[in-house]
Amino acid sequence: MALLEIQGLTYRAHDKEILTDLAFSMDAEEIHALVGTNGTGKSTLAYLIMGCEGYRPASGEMRFDGKMISGLKIHERAAIGIAMAWQEPVRFEGISVREYLTLKHREADPSHYLEMVGLSPELYLGRMVDKCLSGGERKRIELASILALRPKLAILDEPDSGIDMLSTQDIINVINLFKQNGSAVLLITHREEIALIADRASQLCRGGIVCSGSPREVAEYYKSRKCLVCDGEVCHE
Amino acid sequence: MSELNDLMKAFGEAGGDRAVLDNHEIAHLAASGHKLLSMNSVEGLEVDAKEARTGISARVAVKEGVKLKNPVHLCFGVLHNKGTQKIRMDVTFERNASARFIAHCLFPKAEKVRHIMDAVVDIGEGAEMQYSETHYHGPYGGIEVVPKAVVRVGSNGRYFSEFTLVDGRVGTLDIDYAIEAGENAVAELTARVFGHGSDAINIKEKVVLSGDNARGLIKTRVAIEDDATAEVTGITEGNAAGARGHVDCMEIVKDRAVARAVPIVNVTHPLAKVTHEAAIGSVDKRQMETLMAHGLTPEEAVDVIVRGVLT
Repeated sequence: MALLEIQGLTYRAHDKEILTDLAFSMDAEEIHALVGTNGTGKSTLAYLIMGCEGYRPASGEMRFDGKMISGLKIHERAAIGIAMAWQEPVRFEGISVREYLTLKHREADPSHYLEMVGLSPELYLGRMVDKCLSGGERKRIELASILALRPKLAILDEPDSGIDMLSTQDIINVINLFKQNGSAVLLITHREEIALIADRASQLCRGGIVCSGSPREVAEYYKSRKCLVCDGEVCHE
Repeated sequence: MSELNDLMKAFGEAGGDRAVLDNHEIAHLAASGHKLLSMNSVEGLEVDAKEARTGISARVAVKEGVKLKNPVHLCFGVLHNKGTQKIRMDVTFERNASARFIAHCLFPKAEKVRHIMDAVVDIGEGAEMQYSETHYHGPYGGIEVVPKAVVRVGSNGRYFSEFTLVDGRVGTLDIDYAIEAGENAVAELTARVFGHGSDAINIKEKVVLSGDNARGLIKTRVAIEDDATAEVTGITEGNAAGARGHVDCMEIVKDRAVARAVPIVNVTHPLAKVTHEAAIGSVDKRQMETLMAHGLTPEEAVDVIVRGVLT
């Protein structure tokens, strides 16, 4: 049985169809890369799976671990094992990194998870999760917080954006750590070297999956379409 | 039990350490209503306090060049359910003096209580004063708190003030602080207040940057719920070359509460710069979603965000 199973998912915003009759599935402990040009609906799919406010499907079914999740609120989905790291994580005044990493599991060792994302506990535990952190630092802390939750499915929306090139391998290591900890990863990325670490990949184009397979196959397909801006004409011809 | 013991009991219940009053190396002044209960001074600090039926007056001076190792504790309160406490403070920091003052204001049973603080503070050249005032109020809301301060910060002087009222009902709060900062002086005012029920919060803070390169920051964090109201006025004037000021106000509103922010920036010198930001509204949606995606319920998420803002 698939961990995540999506059938016939359609989502509209402001009278525009963003996702159309989308089918998608993921297995437990699988890293699945989702690629596609800007505006194809990758983040929208992530928000729909997480259950973010304002993201309700017009039609379709989403099952997680055998359970229908369309009617569940975001924290109820978190409770059954779905977690998400946003592309641009928000900042919080007055909340320390230590508190942030132990929000739900107070017994978790925050140092352990900071080390996993390459940050020194000595330097970061006492700092605030506010605007004093750089974009890259904030993203690493978000990844650490999701690792600490030990979810069944971690949705990582462009975990590599805002991270310097030299740290690409660190991010790859972190994504692999999710798998080692028993989590499946839905990995949204624009970088081929990151996508290639996945077990499977899918390309999203104009609201639907147009290609699924090994990351290399999907990368080759994607590059062959030369779609700098997605108008869907090539993939959907 | 003596009044001092009662005050210290309330102090302990509010998280304070009563041992500070027994330590002769730590200066303190404790008063309940208009009665002085205990006082201790240390070398380099002069305290002259008097009690009268109309209130307490105290003159405090930190002598030239003295840097007090331990903070000075001020412990004020009205322990009965009714009463008035008026305090007049004249504080002088002589040249290059430095000290930290911690004021604990305790009103655990207040049903009809007035607390009026009137302070005049003079920070001399190169001196630094850190002042933090934390209030612990009871659950009844029958209290009126009126802190007023006029502060002059001399050249190269530094003044940092923090006002915190997040425990218990606020009642009626009417803060009025006015600071004037001289050449290269720094003035930072921070206020954190959490209002519930029918609490009424009025905060007016003014920083006048009258010396070249003076710096000022007014930071206000208010959360209100139920039928509480809040009006925050932050005024900064930049009147000299290189003066830099900022007003930063955030108010979180729940239920039927009503908040208003009035940032006023006034610049009279072409080389001065004053900025402001004000955010009023319910709890940020993205923050809520992020915390809920970490497994917190909506109620837990709001608590974490509000607690963070008021920390």
